[in-house]
Amino acid sequence: MINYDEVINEKIKAVKPSGIRKFFDIASEMDNVISLSIGEPDFKTPWHIREEGINSLRLGNTRYTSNKGLTELRDEICSYYRRRFNVSYKGNENCLVTVGGSEAIDLTMRTLINIGDQVLIPEPSFVCYNPLVEMADGEPVVVETRAEDKFKITPELLEKAITPKSKILVLPYPNNPTGGIMERSDLEKIAPIIKKHNIFVLSDEIYAELTYNGKQHVSIAELEGMKERTVVVSGFSKSYSMTGWRLGYSLAPKPITDAMTKMHQFGIMSAPTTAQYAAIEALKNGDKDITAMRDEYDMRRRLVVEKFNEMGLTCFEPEGAFYAFPCIKSTGMSSEDFCMELLKSKSVAVVPGNAFGESGEGFVRVSYSFSVKHIMEALKRIEEFLQERK
Amino acid sequence: MDRILKLLSENSNLTYKEIATMLGEPEDYIEKQIKQYEKDGVIKGYQAVIDYDKVKGADATAYIELTVTPEKDTGFDSIAQEIMNFDEVESVYLMAGSYDLLVLVKGASVTDIAMFVAKKLSTIDAVVATSTRFKLKTYKESGIEFDSDNEEDDKRSIIL
Repeated sequence: MINYDEVINEKIKAVKPSGIRKFFDIASEMDNVISLSIGEPDFKTPWHIREEGINSLRLGNTRYTSNKGLTELRDEICSYYRRRFNVSYKGNENCLVTVGGSEAIDLTMRTLINIGDQVLIPEPSFVCYNPLVEMADGEPVVVETRAEDKFKITPELLEKAITPKSKILVLPYPNNPTGGIMERSDLEKIAPIIKKHNIFVLSDEIYAELTYNGKQHVSIAELEGMKERTVVVSGFSKSYSMTGWRLGYSLAPKPITDAMTKMHQFGIMSAPTTAQYAAIEALKNGDKDITAMRDEYDMRRRLVVEKFNEMGLTCFEPEGAFYAFPCIKSTGMSSEDFCMELLKSKSVAVVPGNAFGESGEGFVRVSYSFSVKHIMEALKRIEEFLQERK
Repeated sequence: MDRILKLLSENSNLTYKEIATMLGEPEDYIEKQIKQYEKDGVIKGYQAVIDYDKVKGADATAYIELTVTPEKDTGFDSIAQEIMNFDEVESVYLMAGSYDLLVLVKGASVTDIAMFVAKKLSTIDAVVATSTRFKLKTYKESGIEFDSDNEEDDKRSIIL
């Protein structure tokens, strides 16, 4: 008998499994669960984009692309970034096409971290940063953001967390799970600190197209002197509903892009070819799709936030992504108890806030990437749940 | 399209307040707008979208293409008027193309519809020719996919 426990790498064994996972395993055993827990658009990829993918297969484009990705795609990504976020990059120098934004995050960590380097991670945030930093022999340093600051990184929070070992600041905005965003004025306050301490930024902008209240996303790379110390990570999953195509990218200074490409070349070769052809179409002709989807999310967002506040679960107004993050402290329950009880008694699944970091305790994440009809039914059940416990 | 109409066309169950919240407008404004639409006949009614394929003993449906001779003063309008008076007729459209009127007819059976066409529609003087097409299955109606009920068809798996 092989003792697999001895075989498996110690670092991997030490990585904590995702907190969301545990909860979903229970939910998946139950019947008729109505979920507000999925972090993925409910829209299908717009047809004209799917068609280009199909067409590329018809034409026989079934081989690897260059390691960095199709030249036309990289050029389109750069022209899109210039058009939307006013930052200029060169397709052949700064852009790497990856397997989802997640690969780009992983590559950034492995490319920039030396043993013991600290990576500042604002929380609550998406669950991948900590484990990826640990796997790259870095040390994750959590920066707890607060509801009263709209879950932004403030200069005070940042200064307090910085040590001589700080190497990277992760900027996960628009934020999953809080829906918080960093506006230009917020970024301008932290940029001088980042420069003073010679820190790099990993700006995870996967939700950049999903901002509301007329607040267009601002990339920190646009700020004076920041482009040379920023790796922008984004992708097609959220803005064009292309999660399953697995396509993302990084935009970074050439030496960093070259180093990342080296790892990408050995580990991945090239991102999926079909997806790359579809993505060219998305960037060229997909602006109207983004607008339509954003408008739809926006209506649901208003509805969800209003209903939670009416129910007495204070909900900070999210201005990005497709999540609301209501506070459940008034119920006297912990996040996990709330979610478990709600699941058991009303078969509604939402995600405990502490799955996104300790500072998420007292909150739950509610995804509104569901139809209005579905959302209304779930909210009705949550309201009943609260009434019955009064 | 007007955002209120778009929302109602997708889900007419929404309350004024819910629509107001979703669109970020005052509730009384939304109420006023909708009442105005109703008054002006922009909103004709509120109906459920029903998948009749799932209803036992439901009616048969046919689309009948009519070629007609327009009347001297009233053109197609008076003929359309005559046709829409039949209870069996659910919708009547004036079309551009190889025929003139498209008539949606419901009947208890295919035979019933065939008889209706033979006895009622064909005998109208202005009707020159008819072509009857029976509906076999509905895939999508009023923007709703019938085969894959969206809610049940949520194949999104739980990733992280």
